[in-house]
Amino acid sequence: MSDLIRKDASELAGLVSSGEVSAVEVAQAHLDRIAAVDGAVHAFLHVDTKGALASAAAVDVKVKAGDKLSVLAGVPLGLKDILATNGLPTTCGSKVLAGWIPPYDATVVTKLREAGIVILGKTNMDEFAMGSSTEHSAFGPTHNPWDLERIPGGSGGGSSACVSAFEAPLAIGTDTGGSIRQPAAVTGSVGVKPTYGGVSRYGLVALASSLDQAGPCARNVLDTALLHSVIAGYDPMDSTSINSPVPDVISAAKRGDIKGMKVGVVKELGGEGYQAGVRSRFDESVALIESLGAQVVEVSCPSFPAALAAYYLILPSEASSNLAKFDGIRFGNRVGDDGTKSVEQVMSETRAAGFGPEVIRRIILGTYALSAGYYDAYYGQAQKVRTLIKQDFDAAFAKVDVLISPTAPTTAFKIGEKLDDPLAMYLNDVATIPVNMAGLPGMSLPIGLAPEDNLPVGLQIIAPAMADDRLYNVGAAIERELLAKWGGPILGLAPELAGA
Amino acid sequence: MSGISQEDVAHLANLARINIPTKELGHYASQLDAILNAVAVVSSLDTSNVAAMSHPVPMTNVFREDIPGVSLTAEQALSGAPAVEDERFRVPRILDEE
Amino acid sequence: MAEAVMNYDEAISKFDPVLGLEVHVELGTHTKMFCGCSTVFGAAPNTHVCPVCLGLPGALPALNKIGVESAIRIGLALNCEIAQWCRFARKNYFYPDMPKNFQTSQYDEPIAFEGYLDVDIDTDEGRKTFRVPIERAHMEEDTGKNSHVGGATGRIHGADYSLVDYNRAGIPLIEIVTKPITGTGKYAPEVAKAYVAALRDILRGLGVSDVKMEQGSLRCDVNLSLRETPESKLGTRSETKNVNSLRSVERAVRYEVTRHAARLTAGDSIVQETRHWHEDTGISTSGRPKSDAEDYRYFPEPDLLPIAPSREWVEELRAALPENPAVRRARLVADWGLSEIDMNTVVNSGALNLIVEAVSAGVEPAAARKWWTGELSRIANDRGLEIDDVPVTPADLKRLEELISSGALNDKLARQALEGLVSGEGDIDAIVKARGLAVVSDDGPLLAAIDKALAADPAVAETIKSGKLAAAGSVVGAVMKATRGQADAARVRELLFEKLGVSE
Repeated sequence: MSDLIRKDASELAGLVSSGEVSAVEVAQAHLDRIAAVDGAVHAFLHVDTKGALASAAAVDVKVKAGDKLSVLAGVPLGLKDILATNGLPTTCGSKVLAGWIPPYDATVVTKLREAGIVILGKTNMDEFAMGSSTEHSAFGPTHNPWDLERIPGGSGGGSSACVSAFEAPLAIGTDTGGSIRQPAAVTGSVGVKPTYGGVSRYGLVALASSLDQAGPCARNVLDTALLHSVIAGYDPMDSTSINSPVPDVISAAKRGDIKGMKVGVVKELGGEGYQAGVRSRFDESVALIESLGAQVVEVSCPSFPAALAAYYLILPSEASSNLAKFDGIRFGNRVGDDGTKSVEQVMSETRAAGFGPEVIRRIILGTYALSAGYYDAYYGQAQKVRTLIKQDFDAAFAKVDVLISPTAPTTAFKIGEKLDDPLAMYLNDVATIPVNMAGLPGMSLPIGLAPEDNLPVGLQIIAPAMADDRLYNVGAAIERELLAKWGGPILGLAPELAGA
Repeated sequence: MSGISQEDVAHLANLARINIPTKELGHYASQLDAILNAVAVVSSLDTSNVAAMSHPVPMTNVFREDIPGVSLTAEQALSGAPAVEDERFRVPRILDEE
Repeated sequence: MAEAVMNYDEAISKFDPVLGLEVHVELGTHTKMFCGCSTVFGAAPNTHVCPVCLGLPGALPALNKIGVESAIRIGLALNCEIAQWCRFARKNYFYPDMPKNFQTSQYDEPIAFEGYLDVDIDTDEGRKTFRVPIERAHMEEDTGKNSHVGGATGRIHGADYSLVDYNRAGIPLIEIVTKPITGTGKYAPEVAKAYVAALRDILRGLGVSDVKMEQGSLRCDVNLSLRETPESKLGTRSETKNVNSLRSVERAVRYEVTRHAARLTAGDSIVQETRHWHEDTGISTSGRPKSDAEDYRYFPEPDLLPIAPSREWVEELRAALPENPAVRRARLVADWGLSEIDMNTVVNSGALNLIVEAVSAGVEPAAARKWWTGELSRIANDRGLEIDDVPVTPADLKRLEELISSGALNDKLARQALEGLVSGEGDIDAIVKARGLAVVSDDGPLLAAIDKALAADPAVAETIKSGKLAAAGSVVGAVMKATRGQADAARVRELLFEKLGVSE
């Protein structure tokens, strides 16, 4: 197997632009890796061999012509199957969209293509991004490369798994309540949810519009920052897009200096309910941060214990409306149209057959929470709790520069373990959800393995809105120390995959 | 906050246009009931002087100029449709009037 | 099946009607409310669509500024308050003509609210003003269009299947809702019609919509209930949908009054329902019952940000509003010394603004009115032009009038000059020159022509001499013909009478 697959994205980009290696060779190496291991990992729903090689060849033409290339030109990437791709299937992990080929590209996809990034294919996910394990994909679960019997996190398990299985150095995820950060944590990779409005949502199939945000996944902080810089920026097609300069995440990722910074540990995100190994690795990180010259203080965010509940009212409410369009009329599958049934019946049968149980649960829950008699008690109240959470963050950031917590309460659990217990599944996102509720940027950074199960643990770093660069600065400082301590990337410790 | 019955689930499923088989209603009802019990914690916070937050970004007045952009061709528009006739989306007979 | 009705006068003697009107106006913006697709009417099916207005997964709305501005201007013209801060909401229900299965609309935060519109109607006691209270004007989007295939009538019932064209989906709509209109008594139908007519005039004056009821760019729903006395509480209302002409608005109110009265008198209750108006038969039929189960699950649209029109913007728009059409009409009637009937002719010709412009360029009101409602309307009609598109400027009319009053042109020649203008032959002076349009002022050729005409009809001279002066018309006509219209008819008449020695 080519050693190209173990290289960082920034290094690959350098090799391609200098002409040492062709982008086609890089793409082919990764396609070979996918062919070898994805049978076991199942990170991809659709591999676009032809398209990938064609866009790699286009980069090589530019290299030969001496054209100026973007920072990640020729680097392969796995794209979460929730972003619309012109001419490529986009399923959102759902049967209801099986076979649908969008006639347009998401803005993020346009930016990737313009940057010469080579899209290898579409990655697996929980159906419509509802889940924390990728088990809710209609096309079968993705397996964690650290232990194939375990989940790779979710909803973006395909994106985190393809990065940690060396099938792609980069991936795009989307994060509504932790779907980039929690998978990064349980697979030993880096993932960032940018500030809400920092990356265009145009073409991102909406789960919960006021919470969704696309972001970068990679194996180290600098690669993540490079990808972040490619996809971020104002887009008039997304009304909630922020029209101001993208924070300089690349410089921050190269700086990694936290001397004199104030770092807050969120009291409510830790302790009881968090696995012992998660807590011990987190505590070590706190000590490490202090040793780098930052001041660590504990801050309290008293509304956070209600965040999960508020989230599971707001998300299903918005989702119940966003998912109404999947009715088998304009696109996607249609079920039961035998020429005798009414459109009402056919829509109902299409949706019943097309949606999995978790999607149905959340649509029913959201329909209930928005109903005339319950709106104030549920949706309205949840939106007020959301204000309280935002106020907690505002108060905290008046005292500190960034906040930290464990990304997820546990390491990767076993496939099937929580599948029919929605409440247990929802608890995986308890630490990541408040960040989405307030629209803030958050990163998950690998900080070691839990001693009891030798599985990766993630540190969550949270910054104020549009201060995404702080995530990278803090992440780079910690990463530098840990790489020195480990003698290389943590993913080097993951078992070799069979077939490779 | 009240519990959720099988009848409630059936009514909500109808509103949401999902044809849930009768035998599955009970399972959904008990799961939804458990979730609703858990999320009821939102009402434990004092929010009497708190405004509801609908958007995480505090911006207003985001407008587009009234300038025509690019539309799809009919072929593109209809490309994903399950049934097409006469350059239109073909749908089963409509019962309800709007 | 036709329902029982009661004689209108009897119904009104027993009950007090309460009206409510909901008007949907399609705005005349270039693009749709939330995307850049064209709003032009009549395109090939599904060609004015994009991922946004087709509701494709992932697409997001982007709000049309002119849509918002038009809504504010409409609100101001209807004496409404303009919201300091408001949002869009999603109205959730499934229907195949609605791509997202929710309509992006406004719910409890309309952009304009608490207004009124005064309308004048003729009553037994003369002309009287009714104030129609307006509850709100809010922004929303139109749906696509279903056509029904199979079955007997092309209607929804009995159809085998339907075909959907989404060109109309997403076109901006403003919904204008009145409060219950009370105190109209027997004039409810007239008030309803006058309100919709006045609203249409205002919207046209604002230039926000082409307000063509027949093309559906102005659609009206009529709500009506009856109560025993003005002191009783409101009765159950019916909602008659898509009443799409002024005449039908009046008829629909009248019909519902008579239908409700018959039911109530018979001891039947009124069902709260939507009803369909049938233009051909002049009755409404029962549609869908408005059940309590209807639950639209409104919530603030997360994909669009709140709208907070600055007071400066609002005042700027207010200052630029055109004069209220009713006020303006009254002013012009006085200024120009017209009768109401004359004014109706002017308004119906669609040339009111053109006449106003000509008058402000210095043309006499009577002359401007004569040309625009007469010759120019005829030319527009003959050539299939909109009156607004007739290429005659106020300066053209002014020059034409100067030439007429100097005697250089007569009425007939002036008409030829206008023909020339519309045919693009240059300006008035160029056309007069090129076509050789000039009144013959030399008496010589006229006398010769008179002689010729008298010779051709020997009896006519005697008839005139006998005192039947009207007979002169045929001679003058013959002379005009002989001179290809270039003679001054009055001079010809003068010369003829001189020659025959008769006096007028």
